[in-house]
Amino acid sequence: MIYQGKQRIWSDYQKDIPADGWFYVRSCIRQNFFPASEKYFLAICRDLLGHDIYETEHHTTCGGIAYHSDTIPQETAMTIVARQFALMKEAGYKNLVTSCITSFGNYTEILETWREYPELEARIRENLWKATRREFDKPEYVAHASDLVYKYRSEIAERARFRLVDKETGLPLRIVEHIGCHYSKMFPHKGIGGAEYPCVLSGMVESWGGEVVDYPERRHCCGFGFRQYLVKANRGYSVSNTHKKFESMEPYHPDAIITNCPGCPYFLDRWQYVIAEQTGKTYGRDGFGIPVFTYEELAGLVLGYDPWDLGLQLHQVAVEPLLDKIGIEYDPSAKYLGVNKEDLLKPQMPTVLKCC
Amino acid sequence: MDYFEELNKDYRFKEGFHTCINCGTCTAVCPAAEFYKYDPRKIVSIVQTRDNGKIESLLKSDTIWYCGECMSCVTRCPRKNGPGLVIMALRDLSIRLGFFTESEKGRQIYPLTKVLNGNVLNYGYCVHPATFAYKDHPESGPVFEWALDHKEQVYARLGANYRGKGPGALRKIPQEDLDELKAIYDVTGGTERLELVEKHSRAKAKEMGMTMEEYAEYTFTHCSTGHFNNE
Ligand code: SF4
Ligand code: SF4
Repeated sequence: MIYQGKQRIWSDYQKDIPADGWFYVRSCIRQNFFPASEKYFLAICRDLLGHDIYETEHHTTCGGIAYHSDTIPQETAMTIVARQFALMKEAGYKNLVTSCITSFGNYTEILETWREYPELEARIRENLWKATRREFDKPEYVAHASDLVYKYRSEIAERARFRLVDKETGLPLRIVEHIGCHYSKMFPHKGIGGAEYPCVLSGMVESWGGEVVDYPERRHCCGFGFRQYLVKANRGYSVSNTHKKFESMEPYHPDAIITNCPGCPYFLDRWQYVIAEQTGKTYGRDGFGIPVFTYEELAGLVLGYDPWDLGLQLHQVAVEPLLDKIGIEYDPSAKYLGVNKEDLLKPQMPTVLKCC
Repeated sequence: MDYFEELNKDYRFKEGFHTCINCGTCTAVCPAAEFYKYDPRKIVSIVQTRDNGKIESLLKSDTIWYCGECMSCVTRCPRKNGPGLVIMALRDLSIRLGFFTESEKGRQIYPLTKVLNGNVLNYGYCVHPATFAYKDHPESGPVFEWALDHKEQVYARLGANYRGKGPGALRKIPQEDLDELKAIYDVTGGTERLELVEKHSRAKAKEMGMTMEEYAEYTFTHCSTGHFNNE
């Protein structure tokens, strides 16, 4: 097809994502804080929509957090990744899909570095053989899990029970999107929409009925900064960056935030709690915060899955006001129950931030 | 040792260091520069002088540890530099030479190395609920304190396969796979790195009159005044 004008420029920012056949690798952070998001990524993309996504128990971390915290040499990180590629090859897959933005950035950086320095790739092959007697093929395509949800967004919209719309007014919900730095800031051409017009999340929001809110610090980092969050003494950096974003988005009154990276929703959620407890300031209505979602959680809500099956009870910012606004039913008394309605007591309530 | 030549062997440096025109674009977008006494433009500029003494001061300073490795600078530099990548090479060299124990922020490499690699080698992932203690993470909120108090039940409720067999979130990684990770560390210099950090940190702890437990706790929690722009 020959594109012209803006359409031609825009085509440079599109990615041709393969239709099917994915080797799936999990995320260190998402498993911990949003385990149900990983479950529903598979439930939606594999079980509901019928796409071929394979997971082996033998895969591991990519080492990305240890690497970006400067605790392992580059060759160690590369060889861990080479092992993931070997497992993919052994399972007969050619496309890799990862549940983490740090991983996505890490895989992309490694493949690009090998492309430029083939001698390094050869050394990593030797390392992997020496350490594990395995051999790898490079993936034909590396996607982030959100790329797949983006690709399947219309299929999700067709099956939607709810739309991202205020049930009272009929107006679209106002949603802030946060892409996560390592998605497209290092290698812009690898992310949908590049670094200038990333649309992986805005595409989902618009397909599901919502409206994307622009604000000045939209592309600013959430403040993870690896060592800047992981070390207790450095967390001033992390909360200050999140604070900067919230101060910037506040005048636009967003209803919710959708995130790409597994870390960002944790920081944007938890630092709202800390800012509220430390300064008394809250960013949502009536003492609540602005709820922050993973893209799997938002997809799950639209499809009508139970909010507590989706893991929304693990957020510190209450999601109930937003569920009420959309008209999603939920059982408040079931929020903190275990399997088979086992009583697990309830978390304490924060002092300032209003919760349910 | 010629530090510039040493840095130039690092692939991240090869990727991230070209001629810098001192435009300051990287500093303008940098989330670290916003809050810390940190200026990526100056870092690249100092490295560009190839002045061994100046680079050595940098390797021993807090400054190189302020970056968050977000790589926002990589997108914007008009000369295709990556100050964040230059920082990664500087940090790597600082650790290899044992200079990291000379600064407060550099000494944090000890608790980071222990926790993250302990998790990778024992659990197969960089972060794991088994070692994520609420007392170290009060910002995770009362909801996560509750979740950690009922780990097995909460993770089961949310469809994870906590410490279980077969695939799934938070599954127990089979021992043969953990053994392969260990072998990768052995072959690629990862194990040697852990030992090096331990050796230099031990010497520093001794100098500071601390046990290793006290040193780990102190480096993890202590923040002097003077790091932030408004101090
Ligand atoms: S943006 Fe690039 S050229 Fe400009 S000061 Fe930073 S490193 Fe130098
Ligand atoms: S990678 Fe480091 S230097 Fe570059 S913008 Fe991020 S924090 Fe600043």
